[in-house]
Amino acid sequence: MKILVTAKRVEDPESKIKVKPDGTGIVLEGLKYKINPFDEIAVEEALRLVAKFPGEVVVASVGGKEVQEQLRHALAMGATRAVWVNHTGPLDQMGIAALLQKVAEKEKPDLVILGKQSIDDDQNQIGQYLAEWLGWAQATFASKVESFESDAEKNKVPALTVSADVKTVRVVREVDGGLATVECQLPAVVTADLRLNMPRYASLPGIMKAKSKPIEELTPVGLGVDVTPKLTVTKMMAPPARKAGIKVPDVATLVQKLKTEAKVL
Amino acid sequence: MQAGYGLYLEEHEAFRRTVRAVVDKELRPFAREWEDKGEFPLALFRRFGELGFLGLKYPEEYGGTNAGCLFEAVLIEELGRCGSGGVAAGLGAQFTISTGPLHLFGTDAQKKRFLAPAIRGEKVGALGITEPNAGSDVAGLQMTAKKVDGGYVLNGSKTYITNGVRADFVVLAVKTDPTKGHKGLSMIVVEKGTPGFSVGKKLEKLGWRASDTGELVFEDCRVPAENLLGEEGQGFYQIMGNFQWERLSLALGAVGAADDILAGAVAYVKQRRAFGKAVAEFQVVKHRLADMATDLEAARQLTYHALRLHAGGEFAISETSMAKKLATEMCCRIADASLQLHGGAGYMKEFDIERHWRDARLGPIGGGTSEIMNEIIARQFGL
Repeated sequence: MKILVTAKRVEDPESKIKVKPDGTGIVLEGLKYKINPFDEIAVEEALRLVAKFPGEVVVASVGGKEVQEQLRHALAMGATRAVWVNHTGPLDQMGIAALLQKVAEKEKPDLVILGKQSIDDDQNQIGQYLAEWLGWAQATFASKVESFESDAEKNKVPALTVSADVKTVRVVREVDGGLATVECQLPAVVTADLRLNMPRYASLPGIMKAKSKPIEELTPVGLGVDVTPKLTVTKMMAPPARKAGIKVPDVATLVQKLKTEAKVL
Repeated sequence: MQAGYGLYLEEHEAFRRTVRAVVDKELRPFAREWEDKGEFPLALFRRFGELGFLGLKYPEEYGGTNAGCLFEAVLIEELGRCGSGGVAAGLGAQFTISTGPLHLFGTDAQKKRFLAPAIRGEKVGALGITEPNAGSDVAGLQMTAKKVDGGYVLNGSKTYITNGVRADFVVLAVKTDPTKGHKGLSMIVVEKGTPGFSVGKKLEKLGWRASDTGELVFEDCRVPAENLLGEEGQGFYQIMGNFQWERLSLALGAVGAADDILAGAVAYVKQRRAFGKAVAEFQVVKHRLADMATDLEAARQLTYHALRLHAGGEFAISETSMAKKLATEMCCRIADASLQLHGGAGYMKEFDIERHWRDARLGPIGGGTSEIMNEIIARQFGL
């Protein structure tokens, strides 16, 4: 089985994110970066599937030279090889999806697994665009929900089940108010939700092996994709700081304030 | 922070990210719980074995990764950030000191029996040198191993032994010839459950409370001859060789811990308000932080210098001793300054800094005191 996964480079959530005073973006100095956590979950799921259905996991990323760090991370986790689309400069979600479409057409995987969204822009669009443009089935928000009562129940429904003949995939999706199970013909596009799995750590032997795994370099021009953004960010603002709350002495005062100040009653 | 020292490569930094993720997820959140219990779960040894952390510098045939001491240095530094000196010490003792002599001086059979299961985390090891009346003065050790037919009979006691209570085997320094000083020393391995070997008690400590520190007693304890490490009379040199990595690891752990303590101090003074502003805005506080950062950086540089020499195969005894002294004392200063910056809160159990402060204090004592380091450093003057 051949699976294509993604590894977007995103700001480390532990970095302090500040919006530039002129609102054109965020302050990049001093930021740390890592692989998008949802993509890391996608890589993990792909590695588990390939352990059952031998084949390869190809990891792709779009960006400057620095995204090789995230590709190496996925390779250290166990991905077979990497595809790096070398591009610096502005890029919108349609540009990324168009590039991934070309990569998928070139690689012809049985399955594409991506994070459901990336934690920088939180757009949640790439998987959907990609499936639409490829004309493949899609199952977004693949999840394993931990609220099942017993382990037996939990294990009864694996989130991603590929049929023995590798023709279909059954996906348990997290949707508002519950779980939905869908079955898709392969090839298909699946996006990974938070509870799908716990990604493994990159082991030292994995890190050493990753050094010699190939990273193929492609360019938007080579792939025949015009990545001129159709979408431009006009202004970025930090959310307003929350004001501190107050303590009230009793319920009566609370009800009073909800009526007169908050005006919610 | 570590980039640019000309020491660690990209793969070391990739490994650092792995260790940091493990530390942040599997150790840090439990530091307080294990401190209160006075021990960390034994399962952690196995977990570290699974992760391949216990055999970074040991050969692959015994389950190690043969990756070299720089990877282990990264592991030690990051373990220093786990928030519990006891956890770092207990796990660290397994790969820095107790298995070191087995790797260097053990036979293939001894390595299969003790080193391989220790690398897997299935057996816990301890190093037994210190006695009630001798420590750094190894020539003055009193525990004896009398040669008898087919083995040795051990008599004496060891104290302040990290992992001593839970150890499955102890690598001991003993006098095989009590008439000689340092030339009468040998190293021998004793397994838990050997008749005549008993664990006296678990010792209560100021800090490092999550680690077990034991007192071991040997009364006519018979050990087979095949448990002797290397040759009789070589113990002194074996111990001295092992001390280098132990001291470097204490320096590296102190650098890692101080880095974490300083970050905690910065975060605290930025949110703590007094006289209408964050205390971080007071010049006296800013300058204090700058002094701490400078102190840390100086110690880090010397530690990395000693590490670089060690990694290059040099027996850098002066530099290692200097680094051990400077880094462990620096960590005490940083912890003390951070506690002061915390004010009353720093004295409370609610905040981690009081634990860091107690844990740091072991640094200038364990693995040879600062005074012993000075004795070693002064030797270069022919003194």
